[in-house]
Amino acid sequence: MRNQVHSPVSHFRLLVVVGIVFAVAAVMMWRAVDLHVMNKDFLQSQGNARYMRTLPVAAHRGIITDRNGEPLAVSTPVDSVWINPAEFMAARDSWGKLTNLLSLDKEKIEQLVLQRSNREFVYLKRHIRPDLAEKIAVLNIDGVYLQREYRRYYPAGEVAAHVLGFTNVDDAGQEGLELAYNDWLRGESGRKMVIKDRLGRTIKHVESIQAAQPGKDLTLSIDRRLQYLAYRELKRAVLQYKAKSASAVILDTKTGEVLAMVNQPSYNPNNRSKLNSNRLRNRAVTDVFEPGSTIKPFTVAAALESGKFKSNSIVNTSPGYFHIGKYVVQDVKNYGRIDLSTIMAKSSNVGASKLALDITAKNLTDVHSRIGFGFTTGSGFPGEVGGILNMPTEKQLVEKATLSYGYGLSVTPLQLARAYAAIANNGVMPAVSFTRISQAEHETKVLSVKHAKQIRMMLEAVVSEKGTGYRADVSGYRIAGKTGTVKKADAGGYSDDRYLAVFAGMAPVSNPRIAMVVTINEPKGDVYYGGKVAAPVFSKVMSGALRLMDIAPDDISDKSVHLAKLVMGEHAQ
Amino acid sequence: MNWQSGASSSGFQEENRISTGRRLLYRFHIDLPLWIGIMLLSAMGMVVLYSAGDQSVELLNRQFVRLFIAFIIMIAVAQISPATLKHWAPWMFGIGLLMLVAVLAFGEVGKGAQRWLNLGIFRFQPSELMKIAVPIMTAWYLAEAPLPPRRMRIIIASIIVIAPTLLIAKQPDLGTALLIASSGIFVLLLAGLGWRLIFSVFVLMAASAPVFWNYLLHDYQRQRIITLFNPESDPLGAGYHIIQSTIAIGSGGLYGKGWLNGTQSHLDFLPERSTDFVFAVFSEEFGFLGTLLLLAIYIAVISRGIVIAVNAQDTFSRLLAGSLTLTFFVYVFVNIGMVSGILPVVGLPLPLISYGGTSMVTIMAAFGILMSIQTHRKLVSA
Repeated sequence: MRNQVHSPVSHFRLLVVVGIVFAVAAVMMWRAVDLHVMNKDFLQSQGNARYMRTLPVAAHRGIITDRNGEPLAVSTPVDSVWINPAEFMAARDSWGKLTNLLSLDKEKIEQLVLQRSNREFVYLKRHIRPDLAEKIAVLNIDGVYLQREYRRYYPAGEVAAHVLGFTNVDDAGQEGLELAYNDWLRGESGRKMVIKDRLGRTIKHVESIQAAQPGKDLTLSIDRRLQYLAYRELKRAVLQYKAKSASAVILDTKTGEVLAMVNQPSYNPNNRSKLNSNRLRNRAVTDVFEPGSTIKPFTVAAALESGKFKSNSIVNTSPGYFHIGKYVVQDVKNYGRIDLSTIMAKSSNVGASKLALDITAKNLTDVHSRIGFGFTTGSGFPGEVGGILNMPTEKQLVEKATLSYGYGLSVTPLQLARAYAAIANNGVMPAVSFTRISQAEHETKVLSVKHAKQIRMMLEAVVSEKGTGYRADVSGYRIAGKTGTVKKADAGGYSDDRYLAVFAGMAPVSNPRIAMVVTINEPKGDVYYGGKVAAPVFSKVMSGALRLMDIAPDDISDKSVHLAKLVMGEHAQ
Repeated sequence: MNWQSGASSSGFQEENRISTGRRLLYRFHIDLPLWIGIMLLSAMGMVVLYSAGDQSVELLNRQFVRLFIAFIIMIAVAQISPATLKHWAPWMFGIGLLMLVAVLAFGEVGKGAQRWLNLGIFRFQPSELMKIAVPIMTAWYLAEAPLPPRRMRIIIASIIVIAPTLLIAKQPDLGTALLIASSGIFVLLLAGLGWRLIFSVFVLMAASAPVFWNYLLHDYQRQRIITLFNPESDPLGAGYHIIQSTIAIGSGGLYGKGWLNGTQSHLDFLPERSTDFVFAVFSEEFGFLGTLLLLAIYIAVISRGIVIAVNAQDTFSRLLAGSLTLTFFVYVFVNIGMVSGILPVVGLPLPLISYGGTSMVTIMAAFGILMSIQTHRKLVSA
């Protein structure tokens, strides 16, 4: 047997080989030290950078409630589906299941993906239900991700749509009080640290870097019950008279709080897919109208303030019309010699014009300015307008006369309601507030207590059996108010068949708490008088509102009230 | 060798001293140190695979079955004496070479390379057979004549090595070609190639590197080498593997993140984590100390292989044992070097740890040959 084991060459070779092996092993050891020890921190941070991600945390938007804490706008958690187009393109086979779940068109998705192929974030569908989102998560399709968001839900639907407005898909207020109080309601979105795998799936929530700061809740002045009531009655009237639009505003006369504000037509804020802008307006603050006869209390106020007239002054309205140059001021019929109260009760244009022509234009416009016509109420409601204030000179007799019965200036329903609240509140006009407050933020003395009380008495006469506004009557309560039937301005003059029916009033007269304006725009057909169309709405809403607000009846002439007072004994003063 | 001569003189007494257990092992031609090393590595492999495979019991089961089969093959091969292997050498080599040609002609394509031969019942990778056949053939051929070999023998031996290497490189399977080339080169080196020749071949290789680079390498292979030096040049493409694996290794730190706690691997950032890149998973979870332990076991196994080569009683056995041991070493070094970013990405698994069957069988067969060489020694010299 040949045996070269002890050959010296071979021996040396093996030694070299062993040396090489150990040298290489040493290189590997060095590399291990290099990576594990020397570069540890860098590599660890690199590693963390690959799976640690900071994500924004959507903040919960504050809840909007009515004055009694009933929710009017709440945020509910939903999920949005977004895709990374490049990754999503690769997972084409699984598209079918996704499009079925989301009921999307496959071709449209393809178009979307191709168009945005160089982006990394494209929303596929926003705000889907959590149970649907769970199904999508289970599908586990590459490039499809979910994001927690909040969706706004409005339990009162169309009833409070205009007042509340709405938020957009990114939870920012777009309209109404959602917009006005956006900064208050909106929270600060937070940040959180999560572990994500290579495909971007969140594996684990590590820590919250900065908690999302939820938005603050907002308590409105609105009383949901009154809001529903006003909406229902207004809608009924609009349907009955086939009116074009309508508004109603209820104010707390002491605090200036808006207790209800409704409009027709309205919309469903929870589903705005088919919304047209016509329905969007909060007409009670954005639309103006010529107040017509509802301005007469302020004409009378100007007359009283001038000192030329007293509450028992008599004005001759015979023969029911008179000329100012070519212009004719006309009453429905000849009321003869009547006092100021009757001018109001019968809504005599001739009477009001004569008052206006006997005093200075300044007397008239001073009152208008003081009660805030021509300027917004300062409520801060988005899109609020101030209307137009007319300042005729002494020589513009026609303008002076028409101003006295409400033409040549324009107001919003809210402005008119606030002006009536001033009469109700003994001449002190409260600032309008959409949030619940215990007392008016600031008050303006606009009429003397004496005049305010006198006008109130005259307005009560309007609702009496001999007045134009008797349909505004509420049994058990003393009601004061004024009707208005306004011819609508057309190109070059006033229309003969388009009217706006108004009723503005307050209750209870003994100590008014509520002021309300109802406007019904362009009722179709023969019935269009404020006293016939708007006053019944006022009556129904006021009747409900007084009871809902627990306001004691004050009409002692009403037998049932008399009985009630006897039963209640000392409580009823 | 002192030990060798000592053993020869007092061989009889020593045989009396060894226990019955040891005698039983020798009867079944099992080398205990090697056996223990292989068992340790396999066990560590199972542990890390459980983690790398996201705790899949199914994956573990399959690996276990493979290991079991591979162990049986190892024991079976260990029963074959080196003399018999020597007789088979030309046949094994010849058949292997024919199969390689057949693969190129009508082999099956898998993962972009033509490596498989469908034999009807099962698919077979002839290059695996060549991992054993080339060193056996070269060792047999060189051992036929006195050492150091003459020039003519060196040339023919070189052809024996280069022919299958080129065929495999053409598939393309650079990793296996590299292993087969080195197994042959190790035989030549150990047989006593002149230092001048070694040096001139080295210079020649260095000189021909540009040619190699420009004409022989595939684009993706060039890319792999470029990314080795600058992985950040293409962090999402070719550099991705290296970047992710070095991050995984480094973030293990001194003690590791703990078993099943490796973030890079479990969050899917690490590619091929149960096969070629399993070392990164191991390093991330067991840290520097774990890596040291693993390297130590590998070094122990390799050392045992070298001892077996040294103890081998004839030239053929010694050359073969040396070559197989060093090839195993290359295997380990190339894989760890690749995963830790000091060598280009070459698709070689980490022996005995990576998930996968074909190469494991070959490696275990090589260990079987080593055991055979060790246990077929005549304890009393002739």
